[in-house]
Amino acid sequence: MTLEEYTDRFTGMLNFDERKGYEGYIVHSERLVEFARTIRDELGYDYLSSVTGVDYLPDEQIEVVYHAYRSQGGPGLVFKVQVPRINPIVPSLVSIFPGADFQEREAWDLLGIRFEGHPNLRRILMWEGFHGHPLRKDWEEPYFEESEKPFNSRWPEGKAFRIEENKPFKKNVQYPPEFTPDGWIPEADTALYSGMVRLGAKDAGNGRSLETDQILVNLGPQHPSTHGVFRMVVSLDGEEIADLQPVLGYLHRNHEKIGERNTYLMNMPFTDRLDYLASMGNNFGYALAVEKLMGITPPERAEYIRVMMAELTRIVSHLFSIGTLLNDLGAFFTPMLYALTERELILDIFEAVSGSRMMCNYFRFGGVARDLPEGILEKVYELVTERLPRKVDELDTYLTDNEIVRTRSIGIGVLPREQAIEYSAAGPVLRASGVGYDVRRAESYSIYDRFDFDVAIRHNGDVYDRYLVRLEEIRQSLRILQQVVRDIPDGEFQTGKPQYQVRVPPGESYGRVENPKGELGFYIVSNGKPNPWRYHIRSPSFINLTAFGEMCKGHKIADVVAILGSIDIVLGEVDR
Amino acid sequence: MGDDLNGPEYQVPEELRSHITITTLDRIYNWGRRSSVWPMMFGLACCAIEMICVAASRYDFSRFGMEVMRPSPRQSDLMIVSGTVTKKMIPQIVRLYNQMPEPKYVLAMGACASGGGPFKEGYNVVSGVDKFIPVDVYVPGCPPTPQALLNGLIKLQEKIDTQSIRTVRWYKREASEPIPIPILGPDLIDPRDIPILDAKRASVVKPDVPENS
Ligand code: SF4
Repeated sequence: MTLEEYTDRFTGMLNFDERKGYEGYIVHSERLVEFARTIRDELGYDYLSSVTGVDYLPDEQIEVVYHAYRSQGGPGLVFKVQVPRINPIVPSLVSIFPGADFQEREAWDLLGIRFEGHPNLRRILMWEGFHGHPLRKDWEEPYFEESEKPFNSRWPEGKAFRIEENKPFKKNVQYPPEFTPDGWIPEADTALYSGMVRLGAKDAGNGRSLETDQILVNLGPQHPSTHGVFRMVVSLDGEEIADLQPVLGYLHRNHEKIGERNTYLMNMPFTDRLDYLASMGNNFGYALAVEKLMGITPPERAEYIRVMMAELTRIVSHLFSIGTLLNDLGAFFTPMLYALTERELILDIFEAVSGSRMMCNYFRFGGVARDLPEGILEKVYELVTERLPRKVDELDTYLTDNEIVRTRSIGIGVLPREQAIEYSAAGPVLRASGVGYDVRRAESYSIYDRFDFDVAIRHNGDVYDRYLVRLEEIRQSLRILQQVVRDIPDGEFQTGKPQYQVRVPPGESYGRVENPKGELGFYIVSNGKPNPWRYHIRSPSFINLTAFGEMCKGHKIADVVAILGSIDIVLGEVDR
Repeated sequence: MGDDLNGPEYQVPEELRSHITITTLDRIYNWGRRSSVWPMMFGLACCAIEMICVAASRYDFSRFGMEVMRPSPRQSDLMIVSGTVTKKMIPQIVRLYNQMPEPKYVLAMGACASGGGPFKEGYNVVSGVDKFIPVDVYVPGCPPTPQALLNGLIKLQEKIDTQSIRTVRWYKREASEPIPIPILGPDLIDPRDIPILDAKRASVVKPDVPENS
């Protein structure tokens, strides 16, 4: 189907986005659902990668932006819906792309966009009862100083100044003027609990039904199995899970609000703290998004360094994930110790290169912050040709055929192929379900098209296959790294002069990379000022959780822990 | 053990030195506690990963008697607040703190737990866990390196060494007060602030205009 046929069918309802620096289509909200169904069924855009909103305050408009892709690979399709800012209502796409579920809830929570037809439109990152929608451009946080950094207020007349000094209670809080604490009844989790599915009466086999009680179990936010501050409410029927709802936001650190006050470069260290096990990978995604807008590319050597760092990061993250998965399966801490020992060796390389073990802050627009120090290439060479392959084989021998690992993980938490696509799962979760979608191949970025590597893929979609995919990906990363070390050229590591304040022309861009957890995307809208107008993160851990409830149904509590471990979430990225 | 413990200048006969040591009650009590601090297994954010590294083989805090990480607050002595404290999480943190039996200590790990860190201005961020619970040791860094955390833990041991049974709060006659649990209202409400909030409202004369939405 061509563009003309499209516009014919949706006459007056579908326009090309003609703003300078923008792409895609603007769809009228009345026809949105139909349009989405058309592109999914007739054009093969079956994978909805990202949904987010933008508050165009000067135009009195809210825009919802969708990025759809084909699960076979190839470039994406961007479409948007524009609605007035006051009481914005947009039809929900959950019925067509269930993966939009959490993302629409997030847009409701943070921007106040009401998605009509959403089955469960509650706040997701903040709590029910919080005042306002924080990502609205005219919403000011309690510690508001100025709308853009650098703040002048931080250093008035040469004296250091702390914002809390002139705030009531010296705390980061603000209340609506009419608020009284006396009458306030905190909205506990009643709505959440009452919305949980019950299995209802069971036929006892003698014609009479057997009434069973529903039990609600809360796991987290402080629970050793949840890898951080994650909470799940599980509705149990006997031992069996009838329903599971993740409760998020316990680590919501307002990356996006802070990011829109920051200048472009200031956001780089913040990206480190998203998926804090893979800081270089996050840097990569953000750098790509901004470079796309600026229209620059890094020099050869920088590209190689970037790929090297990204792949080392993948190894680090997967090692950690395998370690924690084994923790969750009951092999407490011993496999973790093996994994962490290897991780430390790579962290030493990161520290030598960037000055920090975890929060590397190493990428810059148009290159990297500094060149590799002397001797590092030899170290990496030794690691990726000698030590790591041996250690990965060792892990493989210990774990893959282990009887307990196999019984605990084969056939558990199955996510079938179609569902994986529908739910916009990404990364190893998607590939373990038989979809060979890897952004490095599907829409190759940087210099990944030069390397010889395979996309790891398995077909059963269970916990075991996700573990195997990760193991295989470590091997493939080692393969890439061997080629990088062999081919890396000499030369510049940065285009042009390093700058504090970059010039970013107006427009939008979506940069995505294959991070260890899955597709990490940055959606950035620039209006030509030193700060991004919109800074949105499509986080793989967050979206992978959409399918989590489905994967758990019918299993036991102990399996939930294993399934969560196999999705491999990092809370910094889930809650942002 | 003899050398750290031997306190008062009592002359123990030569032949008994390897069996007997004479010390003060404070010393032996503190020595016991400082050598088996059980931290709570509870991570908040990025800093928690470095905490895990400290628990792993390269840095290994079991050298200080701290390897027994307890997932339950009822069994732990030390809360390592390892990461950003958010408004949504602080009620749980206070609750966990209240559930820990005394003697109990708090170590604020990293910039976030100490003062809000890079996310201080965020609308969901509590700028420092010490706004709600008392902190014994602050460890700077973002994240603090494992060495820094180890140093913080040693500092905590030094603090324990200086305490005396006679003055610590958990041997006072009256029971310690639990810390009031913050409430999630339109924004975070600290119950201790409610009187101030009320007073402030009373002092503001309401304008005649009834509505203003
Ligand atoms: S101090 Fe830094 S590393 Fe630690 S939790 Fe805060 S942002 Fe993360």
